[in-house]
Amino acid sequence: MSNIKPETTIKFINPATVNADYTAKLEGFVKAGFPSPANDYIEKELNFRELFLRNESATFFVEVSGSSMIDAGIYDGDILVVDKSLNPCHNSILVCYIDGEFTVKRVQKIDSALYLIPDNKKFKPIKIEEHSDLRLWGVVTFAIHKFR
Amino acid sequence: MIALVDGNNFYVSCEKVFNPALDGKPVVVLSNNDGCVISRSNEAKALGIKMGEPAFKRKEFMEQNNVTVFSSNYTLYGDLSNRMMKTLQNFSPNVEVYSIDEAFVSLEGITANTEDYAHKIKATIHKHIGIPVGVGVAETKTLSKIANKIAKKNNGVCVIDSETKKEWALRNTLIADVWGVGRQYAKKLNSIGIITAYDFTKLDSAWIRKNMSVVGLRTKEELLGTPCIAMEMNLQPKKNIATTRAFGKKLSDVNIISEAVSTHAVRCAEKLRRQKSRAQYITIFIHTDPFSQTEKYVYKSKTLTLAIASNNNSDLVKYAIHGLKELFEPKLLYKKVGVIVSGISDEMQVQGSLFEGMNDKKRDTVSIITDQLNFRFGKDVVKLAVQGNNPDWKLRQEKLSPHYTTRWNELLKVKA
Repeated sequence: MSNIKPETTIKFINPATVNADYTAKLEGFVKAGFPSPANDYIEKELNFRELFLRNESATFFVEVSGSSMIDAGIYDGDILVVDKSLNPCHNSILVCYIDGEFTVKRVQKIDSALYLIPDNKKFKPIKIEEHSDLRLWGVVTFAIHKFR
Repeated sequence: MIALVDGNNFYVSCEKVFNPALDGKPVVVLSNNDGCVISRSNEAKALGIKMGEPAFKRKEFMEQNNVTVFSSNYTLYGDLSNRMMKTLQNFSPNVEVYSIDEAFVSLEGITANTEDYAHKIKATIHKHIGIPVGVGVAETKTLSKIANKIAKKNNGVCVIDSETKKEWALRNTLIADVWGVGRQYAKKLNSIGIITAYDFTKLDSAWIRKNMSVVGLRTKEELLGTPCIAMEMNLQPKKNIATTRAFGKKLSDVNIISEAVSTHAVRCAEKLRRQKSRAQYITIFIHTDPFSQTEKYVYKSKTLTLAIASNNNSDLVKYAIHGLKELFEPKLLYKKVGVIVSGISDEMQVQGSLFEGMNDKKRDTVSIITDQLNFRFGKDVVKLAVQGNNPDWKLRQEKLSPHYTTRWNELLKVKA
C-alpha cells in the first residue's frame, strides 16, 4: 500500500455504468493511476452516415455504369448518394428515368427547353422532347469512388 | 385530430419506385412461395384479379394480359416502410405504426390548416420515398379509417371536420367496412336492418352492449366522434410468433422436412431474442396440399411445453424436431410446415425448473453471436447442422426483385 502515491485516485465503478457510454468505458480501464487528461475532451467519432445521409429516409445508393459523367468526377462503377428530398437547381446532377432507363446527367433549361447534359466532351447533350417520358428520381449529393 | 396515412397498393408501389416503367401497367405481388396475389396495381384490379387468388389459377390469364408478376421482397418493403414511418415523425411526435403500410399520426397541437397539412404529408412521402399514400383525418381512429377510404377514391386526402361531412361519410360507409366490426357482427347487424355506419350510430347503446360487448359500444362512440381508442406508441411484445412456409415442391422425406422445421424454429428464436422474450410453448403443424385433386387433405399439429421458457436456437429446434417426428406419417406428400411459439414472457423473468440448468449463459452467448454474424454477413451464414442445405423446401421466389436498399451488390444501376 505504501507505494501508492498520494495523487493516485482509485475509482469504484458500478458495473452497470461501465459500457453505458464511451466515457464510462474508458474510465473503466483506469483502475489506479493518473486518469487520462483526454477524458474531458472526448467527442463522438466521425461517422460516414452523418456526412452522406443528410436526410436518411430519403437517401438511396445507386451504382454507375458508363463514362458520360467523368468530367464531373463520376466514373464507371462508382456509388452515388441520391437524395430524393432535394429540389433540383440549374445544373444539378440528377438521377432521371427517361425512355425506359435510369441515367445520371446534369439538367439545364436553355431557352425554355430542358436538356440532359453529359460531363464528357465525347457525349452530346440530349434535348428533352415533349413526348418523351422524363421523370426526376433524385438529386446526386456525393459520388463514392474506390481507388484500390 | 388523428390522421391515418396508408400506402396505396403498398408492395406494388415499392416495386414501382425502382421500376417506373410499370406505371399505368397491371402489376401484382405474390405471397411467400409465389402462392397468392397479395398486392395489385389499380390496372391489375381493373382486370378483375382478386386479392388472395392463388397465382397458379391465374397464370395463363396474367401472361395473356401482360401482367408483371413479382415474388414478395419483404426486405425491400420493410426498408421502404421504415423510411415512410420515419418521415411521418417529422410531422408529429406522435406516430403509431399500425402495420407495414399504415400509421396513425396524431395532429394534436398542430396549428396549421388540417387540409393543407394532410396534403403536405402526402406530397412529402411521395417525393422523399416514391410511395403514393392516402391521408384520412378525423376526430377518432375509427373515423380516420373511414376518411382514408374516402380519400383513396378521391384525390388522396379527406378531412372529416364537420358534422355534415361526418354524416355524409357515415351514410356512405357500409357497417361491414368499419374498423373493428368483424364479419359475424356485420351479418348480424345486416339481419336487423343496420346496413351503414350511420344506421349503427342510431342503434340503442344497451342493445349494442348486450350483443356486441363493450367493443361494439366503443366503435359507436368513435363513430360519433368521441375518441375511445388511444394512440399506442410502444409496440407491445407479440403474444405469439409464427414462422410458416409452403415448400417449393411437395415433400415426403422426413429428413428434408426436419431441415425446414429446424430453420423455422431458429427464425422464431431470432424473433424472440429481438423482442427480448422467451417462449414456454411450441406448436408444430404440418399439412398436405389443400388444392390437390388427387390426395386427401391432412392437417396435424402438436403443442409441446418447454421445461424452461427459452429463446435459444438449439432448445427450440430440439422440441420442434421432436414434435415433427410425432406428427409425421410416411407416404403423404406434405405442402407446408410451420412453427408457432407462445406463452411468451420477458427474458429476465424466467421460472427455473428442477431438472434443467438455469444459467445456460454459454448457449445464450452462442445464439447472440450467431445473430450478430447473420445480421452482418447474411441470413443463415452461421446455422445449426440440422437446418441443412436441401433446396427442395426452400421458398420459391422466381420473380424476386433486387434488394436495392440493403445489399451493396444489388444496387439500382444508373447509366452515365
